[in-house]
Amino acid sequence: MSSKESFGKTIGVVVAVCLACSIVVAGAAIGLRPEKEANALLDRQTNILEAAGLLEKAGKDIPATFSKYVESKVWDLQNNQFTDDFIGTNDPALYDQYKSVRKDGIRPADDFAKLIRRPNKVSVYYVKDEAGKVQSIVLPINGSGLWNMMYAFIAVSPDGNTVQKLVYYDHKETPGLGGEVQNPKWKALWPGKKLFDDKGDVAIKIVKGGAKAGDEHAVDALSGATLTSQGVEKTLQYWLSNDGFGPFLTKVRNGSLNNG
Amino acid sequence: MADMKEIKSALTGPILNNNPIALQILGICSALAVTTKLETALVMSLALTSVTAFSNLLISIIRNAIPSSVRIIVQMTIIASLVIIVDQVLQAFAYSVAKELSVFIGLIITNCIVMGRAEAFAMKSPPMLSFVDGIGNGLGYSFVLIVVGIIKELFGFGTLLGFEILPLVQNGGWYQANGLLVLPFSSFFVIGLFIWGLRTYKKDQVEPKE
Repeated sequence: MSSKESFGKTIGVVVAVCLACSIVVAGAAIGLRPEKEANALLDRQTNILEAAGLLEKAGKDIPATFSKYVESKVWDLQNNQFTDDFIGTNDPALYDQYKSVRKDGIRPADDFAKLIRRPNKVSVYYVKDEAGKVQSIVLPINGSGLWNMMYAFIAVSPDGNTVQKLVYYDHKETPGLGGEVQNPKWKALWPGKKLFDDKGDVAIKIVKGGAKAGDEHAVDALSGATLTSQGVEKTLQYWLSNDGFGPFLTKVRNGSLNNG
Repeated sequence: MADMKEIKSALTGPILNNNPIALQILGICSALAVTTKLETALVMSLALTSVTAFSNLLISIIRNAIPSSVRIIVQMTIIASLVIIVDQVLQAFAYSVAKELSVFIGLIITNCIVMGRAEAFAMKSPPMLSFVDGIGNGLGYSFVLIVVGIIKELFGFGTLLGFEILPLVQNGGWYQANGLLVLPFSSFFVIGLFIWGLRTYKKDQVEPKE
């Protein structure tokens, strides 16, 4: 009995157990990577289709519906044009801006939405109808809420101004308070709201105590979640500004969809 | 044949007679949180049962080599590795459930049942018996989770595994869902009632008055 309590034996057992465990864990992590990546992609496609309002139509066949109706593009935020030059993959449908942000991103000059880093190349999804006409534009947006980064897709009409849907799919807000960003009742407040005013300035805002009836730029704040609501508002303000999708949406409003 | 009997009692004992949640009051925390829907309860049960069984098996195999001064750390290393593997497998093959369970899979590491069985049973018993004991305790945990999950999902959402059983008022039915049962803390009531029921049925589980 005494021999297994010796110093050398103790170290030996600990090292052996750690080695064996780390090999098994690393093996599992690497062996299952393709499945996990496929799942993450499927999850993203599901969220985009939800933002585009195609989820019910898609039923179980998400990838086929996605490739049939959605055209993925990558927009260069620094040069304000579409680009084929992005890192990580060659296929715009597989491009993950949140993965590439560390290598190809900047620290926003005025980081009021607390992005910490913003990717230089971002995804834009054109969702088309049966005839191939763009019926909505889905844009990825993110910004900090109360606890952590919140990720969403916003679907905008081809007029570049009207909100179709705002879908938060990843956040760490308090369930029941800030977590209500995913509540269908709150999400139902968004369709039809206008992002910009007549002069083309960002006008969308979140109003504590309830938006005035008929105000097409205002959405009710979440009750009990002031900071989350502010986070949503700042996220939108940042991503609609000239640092974000502002120039892209200006082009859309000026009719870029119609002339190619 | 005494061996068979021992194995059988290790397997079925923890379900009613020595239930880890109801009698030993172990593993309550995750039982409160993951029982809102039956599906998550089932996946959690499966995850915990496999972790307990295999950690018991592995620890029992090397029990004679583990120096007692570092035994808890060695047990934790093995348990943590198994939990990570379960988490990876879930992320690969049951992504939506894995997302819903999120942090609770990781917290199996700290689940008192796993650690408790490793320390109290696997360190002293042969591998096969330990493995069966792990499955038995996992089943005991699963039994409570599934009962609570059925009660909470049936009366909280009117569904079971997502299928409508009690048609809700909102959908034109007659059943008004009980919103209280949707919240995690309502498991306190359900588990409390469960323990009460079990101890009324099995009087020997009642602790003597102090």
